[in-house]
Amino acid sequence: MSENYYNSKDLAKFGNVSDFQKELGEKFFSYYSEVFKDSELTAKEKSLIALAVAHVVQCPYCIDAYSSDAFEKGWSESQMMEAVHVACAIRGGASLVHGVQMMNHVKQIAM
Amino acid sequence: MRSLKAQNSLLANTREQVEIIEHGQTGEFALVPFQQKLEKINLYPFKPNQIEIFQVNIGKMCNQTCRHCHVDAGPDRKEIMTRDTMTQCLEALVNNPQIQIVDITGGAPELNPDFRWFVEMIKELNRHVIVRSNLTIILSNKKFFDLPEFFRDQQAEVISSLPFYTKDRTDRQRGDGVFEQSIKALQLLNEAGYGKEKTGLILNLVYNPCGAFLPPSQAILEKEYKNALFDKYKIEFNNLYTITNLPISRFLDFLISSGNYEIYMEKLVNAYNPAAATKVMCRNTISVGWDGHLYDCDFNQMLDLKVSCSSKHISQFNTKILNDRNIVIGQHCYGCTAGAGSSCGGAIA
Repeated sequence: MSENYYNSKDLAKFGNVSDFQKELGEKFFSYYSEVFKDSELTAKEKSLIALAVAHVVQCPYCIDAYSSDAFEKGWSESQMMEAVHVACAIRGGASLVHGVQMMNHVKQIAM
Repeated sequence: MRSLKAQNSLLANTREQVEIIEHGQTGEFALVPFQQKLEKINLYPFKPNQIEIFQVNIGKMCNQTCRHCHVDAGPDRKEIMTRDTMTQCLEALVNNPQIQIVDITGGAPELNPDFRWFVEMIKELNRHVIVRSNLTIILSNKKFFDLPEFFRDQQAEVISSLPFYTKDRTDRQRGDGVFEQSIKALQLLNEAGYGKEKTGLILNLVYNPCGAFLPPSQAILEKEYKNALFDKYKIEFNNLYTITNLPISRFLDFLISSGNYEIYMEKLVNAYNPAAATKVMCRNTISVGWDGHLYDCDFNQMLDLKVSCSSKHISQFNTKILNDRNIVIGQHCYGCTAGAGSSCGGAIA
């Protein structure tokens, strides 16, 4: 067993997940590559979305991968950080909006 | 910023560079040899096709000191091609009518006092001339202000580096203020008719990655450039060429000092594209150094890897011998075969 749960070199081994389950692995990677192609959204736009989502799911592999990909595709540092703030705002907002539930509950039980 | 040579950097020594490129900084970094990749597709020994392009480096002096420059060019570089060597280039052109394109580069080639004479002489031989102009030279001194008109009068094709359509990325690679000056120079070239429809005056731009990564899709990036430059500055151009940075000279220095060397080399090797290997520019181009020595490409020139045949100097130019030579290869060649491939004319596969 590794001493750490995450190892940056493991990102390059992502494709190896098909070794244990070929059919599903291949289907996933085929779908994945289709998703990121230029279509109604450009591959460049998708890269920035992926970067934001990577921060929400807090996947270190995805953050490495899409920090490179987004920068390589031409997004600037400030644009990338704005995308992270969007992720943060949605994530923070998702917590905060539950404050309404808390308020409702307190109002229900309070004198 | 001074050149590596002026700094007495170890990397100013081409042998040191070749050693690092082949074996890494510690001597223990091993990647699949490029030769093996060529053997797998029956391309080794690597032979040229017919020489069609003369790429002539007429000097390493430049008004800029770009961070990625594989020439290590800059204001402190004094190497410059003499008129005698240019005359030998012209003689080689006279004797070899199959060479129809002359690609003039540097440094900033315009800084060579015989630059205009050389262009005029090549045009007299009815050859197509490409000038690799860094743009800012046009505004650097009043004696260069008329360069757009000179290029137009000579019907020269202009290829210019603009590493991105924003100030931030351009200036961090090419120096403070370069983007603004480049935009002004592009507008002057447009005014002279360059990049405009029906003028026949070709203006192509070059994208180089601003860091340790490969270029994105050339076609998609070209659209972005065209939209951004026209919307904001009313600039038009013909084509965008995406060129991969090779691990040579100042880009090698950047890779090493930023801790990216091994990662970048692995990236190049992992992106190896055999389809690009068949189309690399060394197969139809011969590179002439400022002192007249001959090389398989501009990158081999900067590593001082001369052609492996007896026709090593422009004064001994012999097409038969050169066409029969084996192209000198090394691990840096992965730079031209990664992804969509890379050449002085952009992506190749």
